Amino acid sequence: MDIELMINSFPKLLSASVITLKLLSVSLIIGLFIGLFFAILRLNKNIFINKFAYCYSYIFRGTPLLVQIFIIYFGLGQIEYLRSTILWVILKEPYWCAIIAFALNTGAYTSEILRSAFQTIKPGLIEAGKSLGISNKIIFYKIQIPIAIRQSLPAYGNEIILMMKGTSLASTVTLMDLTGVAKYIISTTFKPVEVFIVAGGIYLFMTFIIHNVIKYLEKKYSFSQ
Amino acid sequence: MELLAFGDTGWGDELFYATLMTIAVSITAMFVGFLFALIFTPLKLSKNKFINFIANSYTTIIRGVPELLVIYLFFFGGTGAVMYVASIFGYNEYIEINAFITGAFAIGIISGAYSTEVFRGAIQSIDKGQFEAANVLGLNKFGKFFKIILPQTLRLAIPNLSNVWQITLKDTSLISVTGLVEIMRQSYIAAGSTRDPLFFYSFAAVLYLLLTFVSMKLINRLEVKYSRGY
Repeated sequence: MDIELMINSFPKLLSASVITLKLLSVSLIIGLFIGLFFAILRLNKNIFINKFAYCYSYIFRGTPLLVQIFIIYFGLGQIEYLRSTILWVILKEPYWCAIIAFALNTGAYTSEILRSAFQTIKPGLIEAGKSLGISNKIIFYKIQIPIAIRQSLPAYGNEIILMMKGTSLASTVTLMDLTGVAKYIISTTFKPVEVFIVAGGIYLFMTFIIHNVIKYLEKKYSFSQ
Repeated sequence: MELLAFGDTGWGDELFYATLMTIAVSITAMFVGFLFALIFTPLKLSKNKFINFIANSYTTIIRGVPELLVIYLFFFGGTGAVMYVASIFGYNEYIEINAFITGAFAIGIISGAYSTEVFRGAIQSIDKGQFEAANVLGLNKFGKFFKIILPQTLRLAIPNLSNVWQITLKDTSLISVTGLVEIMRQSYIAAGSTRDPLFFYSFAAVLYLLLTFVSMKLINRLEVKYSRGY
């Protein structure tokens, strides 16, 4: 055991975890909007809109995240037309490519979580709203959304943790996140166990925090249930 | 389309073998995972606090740390660990472990953590009356486990195990960083030499979709088989 290496690499890994957290939070926020959008499409009665949203979530849930990042980072740059548009400013940066991939990926999972949450809302609650003469819009924002949030919290908490682990793939497109720096230290010192303990410890700590925040929110939003 | 031709002119046969490799690694990893689950599920259900703690550490650490980090640990640390064990037995030559074993083992440990949780949940949700009934019938420990508990556990576990299978299948794409030529690695090689990454990575995505689709169909059949009588 090389304790000195562990102590020396700790600040480096800690500062790299800032990038991990940045990637995570930005992609979760974008992903949440994508997820909500596609969840609403999934509940649409039009079969084409419905199938389109289903295909989106099926494709992104059925392929590895690594493939998705590689398609966006290496693949999209190949299209000549894209290079001439304003989008290229974003797509040439590995940071934004990673975020686009993560956001689309977590959006697919989030849409499934939200869809099932919307579907488990008892129709009686919506009918009650209607019989009180509340408009559809307000029923959606004041009745369906709060209940759906409560319903989907445990599953969404898992998704946040999965996504946090997913951000480690950013290291494959040259980003120096926590895993990227850990790999760099391992390959220069050949001390995998020590680095794994420190980097893994930081990841576990983040998992622990996320887990407890979600637990707290679950309690807070559990109304009278 | 000529990019996918079989033989020397295209990448069809290479990608075909790579797909077989992905399937082989996934199945091996899944079995390694089952072995780990077989060890750790009883430990998780044990009443001894210390044993419980060990099993909980395993599932918590593996499920809380990125897969890629675990793979790096095995990739860089695997050879060293095996050579260390060998040196205890007096063997000091360099030992090379092949990428297949390292990868299958790393993914297997990850998959094992998920399988352990699935089996634990399934066993815990079996009605207590079933255990008592088995006792009343005078079955011994093995009879109780194989005739009463296991069939019911399987019925409850199969839907969740199919999720674990999907996770394992997708995780094998990460082994490409160790140089094992599976779908992802082969696409990387093909994309590099033809300068057509968009096509090859999209094709890799299609291959993965095909694998998940076919395996879901097969698992659904198993599910029907094991829920006979319900």
